[in-house]
Amino acid sequence: MRRLLGLLGVLSGASAGTFLYRRSLGRRRDRVDVYFADGSMVSFVEGAAEADRLLPVAREALAAARRPAA
Amino acid sequence: MDAAQALADLTEISSQIEAAVLFGEDGSVEGSTLDGEGAAQGLVDAATRLLEAAASFRGEGGEVTQVEASTSDGSVFVVVDGPRRVAATTAANPTVGLVFYDLKSCLREVGSEPAKPKRTRRAAAAAKDEKDEKDPGDA
Repeated sequence: MRRLLGLLGVLSGASAGTFLYRRSLGRRRDRVDVYFADGSMVSFVEGAAEADRLLPVAREALAAARRPAA
Repeated sequence: MDAAQALADLTEISSQIEAAVLFGEDGSVEGSTLDGEGAAQGLVDAATRLLEAAASFRGEGGEVTQVEASTSDGSVFVVVDGPRRVAATTAANPTVGLVFYDLKSCLREVGSEPAKPKRTRRAAAAAKDEKDEKDPGDA
């Protein structure tokens, strides 16, 4: 009985871990990657001040491109 | 190659690109895959602001060459090559490297000389034969 409970505990722990891992993979955060002439690249993730300035402009660009022609 | 042809080639080779606009550093639209000038100018204005805001994070000498903004609705790409720029939009989760490669190729093609027809070995041999027939003394 104790072995069975132990096995159930391990299985439920593994399932919960898999679920949380997959959920974290599925949730991609909005971000902006900026590449400079010197070869460097900076990535600004949603929540950072720089990203919060750039992402609304990017959304405007998407909206402009997807706006139906008048 | 002109802008319209370069954009037609771009959308043909890259199925991920939904819309693309070629523009100058002054914001003038050179070519677009979008219907309507307003939509193209809207995309150019936003892309220009994206470049300016990105450059301001680096200060002096921080010349931006590429920007990719990834959102859950889609991605925006901007690539700079000298005075010419291209902005493009894709659906969410594009193959970033491939899109950048295609956009850079598009920028290179614009303004490049149209490819000259290659002189084949057969054509060269025919030309030589013709020359030999005219001046048999040279052979």
